[in-house]
Amino acid sequence: MSDLTDLTISESLKKLRNKEISPVELTKAYVENMENNNAKYNAYVTTTAELALAQAKEAEIKYLNGTNRPLEGIALGIKDLFCTKGVRTTACSHILDNFIPQYESTVTQHLLNDGAIFLGKLNLDEFAMGGSNETSYFGPVINPWSKEVKLVAGGSSGGSAAAVAAKMCAAATGTDTGGSIREPAAFCGVTGIKPTYGRCSRYGIVAFASSLDQAGPIAKDVTDCALLLNSMAGYDANDSTSSKEVVPDFSSFIGQDIKGLKVGIPQEYRVDGLNPEVAAYWDKAAEMLKASGAEIVSISLPHTKYALPTYYVIAPAEASSNLARYDGVRYGERVEGNGLDELYINSRTEGFGKEVKRRILIGTYVLSAGYYDAYYLKAQKVRRLIKNDFDEAFKKCDIILTPTSPIEPFAIGDKKMLENPINMYLNDVFTVSVNLAGLPAMSLPIGLSQKGLPFGMQLIGKAFDEGTIFKTAYQLERSANFVRM
Amino acid sequence: MAEYIITTEKEKWEVICGLEIHCQIISQSKIFSGASTEFGDDVNENVSFVDAGMPGMLPTLNKECVHQAIKTGLGLNAVINKYSEFSRKNYFYADLPQGYQITQFQYPIVGEGAVDIDLPDGTTKTIRIERMHIEQDAGKSIHDMSPTKSFIDLNRAGVGLMEIVTKPDFRSPDEAGAFLRKLRSILRYLGTCDGNMDEGSMRCDVNVSVRPYGSDEYRTRCEMKNVNSVKFVMQAIESEAKRHIEVYENGGDIAQETRQFDPATQTTKVMRKKEFAHDYRYFPEPDLPPLVLSDEFINKIKSELVELPDAKKARFVKDLGLTAYDAMVICENKETADFFEKAAKGHDAKKVANWLMGDFFAMLNEKKLELKDSPVSAENLGALVELITSNVINGKTAKDVFAIMAETGENPEKIVEEKGLKQVTDTGAIEKLIDDLLASATDNVAAYRGGKVGLFGWFVGQVMKQSQGKANPQVVNELLKKKLG
Amino acid sequence: MAVDNDTVRRIAFLSRLKVEPDKLEETKEEFNKILNWVEELGEVNTDNVEPLVSVNNESLTLREDNVTAGHISQEILKNAPAQEFGYFVVPKVVE
Repeated sequence: MSDLTDLTISESLKKLRNKEISPVELTKAYVENMENNNAKYNAYVTTTAELALAQAKEAEIKYLNGTNRPLEGIALGIKDLFCTKGVRTTACSHILDNFIPQYESTVTQHLLNDGAIFLGKLNLDEFAMGGSNETSYFGPVINPWSKEVKLVAGGSSGGSAAAVAAKMCAAATGTDTGGSIREPAAFCGVTGIKPTYGRCSRYGIVAFASSLDQAGPIAKDVTDCALLLNSMAGYDANDSTSSKEVVPDFSSFIGQDIKGLKVGIPQEYRVDGLNPEVAAYWDKAAEMLKASGAEIVSISLPHTKYALPTYYVIAPAEASSNLARYDGVRYGERVEGNGLDELYINSRTEGFGKEVKRRILIGTYVLSAGYYDAYYLKAQKVRRLIKNDFDEAFKKCDIILTPTSPIEPFAIGDKKMLENPINMYLNDVFTVSVNLAGLPAMSLPIGLSQKGLPFGMQLIGKAFDEGTIFKTAYQLERSANFVRM
Repeated sequence: MAEYIITTEKEKWEVICGLEIHCQIISQSKIFSGASTEFGDDVNENVSFVDAGMPGMLPTLNKECVHQAIKTGLGLNAVINKYSEFSRKNYFYADLPQGYQITQFQYPIVGEGAVDIDLPDGTTKTIRIERMHIEQDAGKSIHDMSPTKSFIDLNRAGVGLMEIVTKPDFRSPDEAGAFLRKLRSILRYLGTCDGNMDEGSMRCDVNVSVRPYGSDEYRTRCEMKNVNSVKFVMQAIESEAKRHIEVYENGGDIAQETRQFDPATQTTKVMRKKEFAHDYRYFPEPDLPPLVLSDEFINKIKSELVELPDAKKARFVKDLGLTAYDAMVICENKETADFFEKAAKGHDAKKVANWLMGDFFAMLNEKKLELKDSPVSAENLGALVELITSNVINGKTAKDVFAIMAETGENPEKIVEEKGLKQVTDTGAIEKLIDDLLASATDNVAAYRGGKVGLFGWFVGQVMKQSQGKANPQVVNELLKKKLG
Repeated sequence: MAVDNDTVRRIAFLSRLKVEPDKLEETKEEFNKILNWVEELGEVNTDNVEPLVSVNNESLTLREDNVTAGHISQEILKNAPAQEFGYFVVPKVVE
């Protein structure tokens, strides 16, 4: 394995600018890793090595003539939920098997404009619905930390987290609807941030649940996340939910001290039967922040227990509608039938996987006549209470510290997870509230379990205050001194 | 207004009817995308990725459509809601690419209003408006190009619509007809919809039920979709009411259903029974935050509003002395009203109105011309009336002058001048003509004086003939009477 | 609110998805399991709570009325599984 791929983006950029390395050799190193390891991890579903190398050559010219842009020559993997012009985009669903978008998502366009290179499209749970990457039409991603047993990489951005962990890209894009950036980042020992809802444009990202979906980076460390988010974020007139809030230079928060910062510990997250290893790391992380000068305060988020049921009403409801467009008429998988309804039914039944169909059915049900008030409207009201909880909590603290996941990565095909979908849903217990409240949150690795598997810690910030997350996360990262793969 | 009662051998029945009218908004681009609203372009040319429901595409709201909706709301004397929301109406159809229609449900942009209608007997009635909301139109399915296939053109998909819903205030086909004409007039005055029912830019759904005369119950209603002319709406109401009555009188019951009116047979047939009614699963559109309007925004539109037909009509009656009927006819069409005002400026408005509604319209009709293409300008029509009122020409000459104006477009003064058509009011000249006549027609003079007073008209005719029609008939009358004794 | 087989069939049709007859029972049970779980929400007092519709407080931004898209029928039809004469094609719809 090449040493070049051990470098973080900030380190690579320094060497590129000093002409110590060339973008072509850097990209080649990643391409090599990608091609050598993909069969093992199944992280990429589409690779575009030739395109990447062509981009690298252009980057080389830019460096030579001094017109290099902020991310010039940095090779990224793109979650296959972002539409990429001329490159197959599947959402890892059979229904979009051969879909080639004729447009580019705003976020990937930003990255391209800043000189980033795309290595290919990364595996995910079908339509980002899942927490283990096992619902992908292209099969599960294998966690690079797996020992004898093949472990899940987490989901839905499993391909993104695994590719970053296995150095098959310098960093990757992800999306997060209920924890889809943070949970796989935690499972794969890498760092990922879900920014505030509205920070990144959703234009050109295949929609799962519109009011919850948000794009963000998964990278090797906190500093790289800041570099990428600088490029990815920003108001977009094509997305009416994107925010006009000023985007600060997130890198400027790296290295700032956190003396006097109030770190909230929500008591309700200390659920019964919480994995003692997770609990121990949580305490340890709090100690580390305290040692860096932060003050630890106890806070309450009383509606925490209702976050999962709320999420599992709202997300499927929106998904059932968002996925109605996959009907076999204008693009994607089509299975002919006798008449239009049969064409729809055959195409959709064949095209969607089991979990997606399950969520479409639940979502349709909770919106249907007679049930809307009891389920959907109720969930929207509880959602308001969950958001109010955070508003109250942030009167007492500047940032919130929680574990990212209550468990460590589990085996692919785990019986307990498969026999009851709710067991899988419960893994999102620490992450979904953040999406419901639209807040920014980061997961960064804190240490290894006794089995030698990574644990992640989550830092939740106030809306549009990713800055505080970056400075806190950077301090925690330094204290934890986690050794990457 | 004479009541519309359907009397059978058994009972007297009253008709209850409400209308839902879809009006295409006049705007350059579609309501949620930047594609053109142009009608008649090549297939699928005015389609953006948003209109085609491509993955990851998002709606953005067109300001002009909001403007137009507010204008229309003000024109309907309705409440403008400062807070409104968009919702998704979910159903599958081939020309509905997203699998849902973006519309407004719980919080429409326009609330209750009222429109006065003018009935054939000269009375007026107020029709209450329930609400008006804005939404997107569907594409078009073409079913007659192949025996086995339907063809989908999305050019219309996403064009803005206003849906106006009335209260069930109509009690006769005439009232519904008068309302539609009035609505069309208001929309055209405002320039918010061209109101062409035959081209489908205004489409009407008709709800009909009946009840025994004098009762205040509401019985089951049936809805007739997409009735596409004022005449057909009136016929549909009559035919559907009669169907209900027949069913009731034969001891049957009316089922709530959607029906289609067939103008050829003058009957309605069932399209969809209630048990197969859609379950639209409305929920707030997560891709569009609520629409919040400021007083400033609304007031600005209010201040720029054109004078509407009712106000104009009242002004014409009060200030220009027109009869209510003439004012109504002239004000139905804004172009006519504007033409009239221009023509009447500084002249006898009542005479101008008579000329406009008489010879002028007859001339346009005969020449099959639109008002805007009239060879006779408003100024020239006014000038012609002025020549009459100031006794320069008499009424009969005026008709000849008008005929020349219609051919040449010349102004009337010039025609009168060149052709020497000025009427003779000089009593001396007329006296000479009379003296000559009396001298030559001695037999008739004797007969007249002998009691054949019916001959008076003959003498007038002869003098006029001798003057080549230029003599002032009144002067001729007076002088003749004097001379004949 | 327990769901019965008819409801599952109706919801499946509304979703344009097929639930094979031999999977009906299983689907129904799974449905009820999830619904029972989310019914925990019933415990929460939400009297006088406004539903949260939009998480960011910004009002809708309006777009100027300019034609900025279109005339890309080739791209629009590029991924179509069936097209003829520039139209998307579906089995005949009987109205």
